Amino acid sequence: MRLAEAWRVALDALRANRLRSVLTMLGVVIGVAAVVALVAIGTGTKRQIEQQVEGLGSNLLLVVPGRLDPGAAPTASTLTMDDVDAVTRVVGDRDRVAVTISSGETVRAGSQSAFASMQGVLETTPTVFVRRLDRGSYLTRTDVTTGRRVAVLGAGVASTLFGERDPIGRQITIGGVRFRVIGTFERLGQSLGVDRDSEVHVPVTAAQRLLGTDRIDGLAIRAPDRERIDALGSAVVAALTDRHPDTDFSAVTQEQILGVLGDILGVLTGVLAAIAGISLLVGGVGVSNIMLVSVRERTKEIGLRKAVGARPRDIGVQFLLEAVLLTTLGGVLGMGLGISAALIVDRLSPVPAAITWWSLALAFGVSAAVGIIFGVVPAQRAGRLDPVVALRTE
Amino acid sequence: MTGSFTAPAIVADNVSRTYDLDGVSVPALRGVSLTVAPTDYVAIVGTSGSGKSTLMHLLGGLDRPSGGTLLIGGRDVSTLNPAEMARLRNEVIGFVFQSFHLLARTTARDNVALPLVYRGAGRRERRARAAEMLERVGLAHRLDHRPNQMSGGEQQRVAIARALVTGPSVLLADEPTGNLDSATGQSVLTLLESLNADGVAVVLVTHDKDVAARAHRQITMRDGLIVPPSAASPSPTSPSSSASLSPSPTSPSHASPSPAPPSLSPIPTSPSPSPPTSPSPTPPPDLSGTAGFEGTRS
Repeated sequence: MRLAEAWRVALDALRANRLRSVLTMLGVVIGVAAVVALVAIGTGTKRQIEQQVEGLGSNLLLVVPGRLDPGAAPTASTLTMDDVDAVTRVVGDRDRVAVTISSGETVRAGSQSAFASMQGVLETTPTVFVRRLDRGSYLTRTDVTTGRRVAVLGAGVASTLFGERDPIGRQITIGGVRFRVIGTFERLGQSLGVDRDSEVHVPVTAAQRLLGTDRIDGLAIRAPDRERIDALGSAVVAALTDRHPDTDFSAVTQEQILGVLGDILGVLTGVLAAIAGISLLVGGVGVSNIMLVSVRERTKEIGLRKAVGARPRDIGVQFLLEAVLLTTLGGVLGMGLGISAALIVDRLSPVPAAITWWSLALAFGVSAAVGIIFGVVPAQRAGRLDPVVALRTE
Repeated sequence: MTGSFTAPAIVADNVSRTYDLDGVSVPALRGVSLTVAPTDYVAIVGTSGSGKSTLMHLLGGLDRPSGGTLLIGGRDVSTLNPAEMARLRNEVIGFVFQSFHLLARTTARDNVALPLVYRGAGRRERRARAAEMLERVGLAHRLDHRPNQMSGGEQQRVAIARALVTGPSVLLADEPTGNLDSATGQSVLTLLESLNADGVAVVLVTHDKDVAARAHRQITMRDGLIVPPSAASPSPTSPSSSASLSPSPTSPSHASPSPAPPSLSPIPTSPSPSPPTSPSPTPPPDLSGTAGFEGTRS
């Protein structure tokens, strides 16, 4: 029997039992849709996090006290501005070094208040990280050296405190201390789970005075190029270890952060896909079951086909194609449903979703494979039927 | 057609068939010898359980003998694998069943074309051949009707057209009139006779004496053996059958082949029109017996 004819016969058989075919397909449809949608969500999340990490600026090196081993507890910082000067000497360019000391503070303006993440920073922050201003200006070196009480507000804080009004030049209090607003940031949204629009940047010196400390939490260096990033990290860690022999320091790159996050999200995506895969498997068992019923129902037809010249292989191929047709049709419908679900989630919820060609190819391949694997037993059973027995079946 | 006019279409020599039912051997055929010549018209009669259906299945290549030698179209079935057996059935045998065995959701034309599917024929060729065969059995006007839209007689004629479409040497009919009323049954028999006259060997299994009487010779089965003609009542219409059913020296149940009448022509396998397949508006003369029930609904 020609293959094209076998496809036609398989399609006719599925058409003859439309409702049953659709219900049988449903298991595969749901399985494939779940795989496509969940992989899309996993991939979308991973991609968003990558963009956020990359959005911090390129060739970034983050230096923090303590070891960045899995399970290691955070280490209290012993870094001071003197250490920053030492690091600046290693780097050779003050504009490439940024520091931060952060604290959650209540920020007030008149009767309005907002809870903000106060960041004590150097004037270099916008060049080391990527931060764009919406209005006004950023901190100057003089602001930092003199500890001037000026602040640059995140978009969220600015709108909470001032609404549509221009906040430049207005007074606010941070932890009860008065500051003057000199600029506002462009809206950034969430980054790595942190609301970047609730930040308030003030000179590091002013922040230290407010918090009653001379420490900083950590520092960030923007390497001149990718090649020198590891050497620079080692040099900075060596310089800091010289000054603090009892403390470990870690320099991490964006690639390392992305690597760790990527691994976690990869496992998560894999687990989601595996769970979805189980439903695909269940769908496959359903297909096998229905095909066995179909073989039994059509025993007489099989007997007749054999009597008029069908070889065991012809009958086997016919039933196998039916199973494959069921699952691949289910696979295509499932892909459509999965893509739609992913697009809806992406549009209507904060969860990002990105459809990848490989997940579609995988889902289609798996659904075809499910058809073959779960169709083989019924097909073999049909092919091996004794024509005499089959013809006698009532 | 694969059979020649002189070589027998089917030769069974001391063929036996034993079924194994839960470890118990049940002999259904116990050494049957029989030859079907290319133009034979044989009726196999016998009571229920006499082994006639088993013999039919063996002659049709649906089953294999447990012992003895069975040649179908000159090929020893014991040397053939299931795929080769299927090919043999497709090329040499045409089956007509009591309950028609038509595919319910399929049109008459596609039902008839089914054997050609397994021959690898293209769709156009299949449709043309099927239409030709349906015309030959007087159903040119029923090409696109489904079985449930046709009478029992029409369904059986579709089944006969299907059996003929590959140009077989032998038509095996298992109680072909069993599910039909008397008049319709007569017309189906007339059709079978006209096909036989055109050169197709017809072997029909029946328990109806009147049906069997129309055959050129009768073979009576009893307890898995062919009953010698002396023991069976001779058919009044087939005086020559007693000679062909005389016991052979080697086997008590051997039936020697009857010589083929030289005047019979084979079923044309080419699409060239012949009197029975002529697209003339009036039914061909040899199908006149079938014209009476055209349009009859059961």
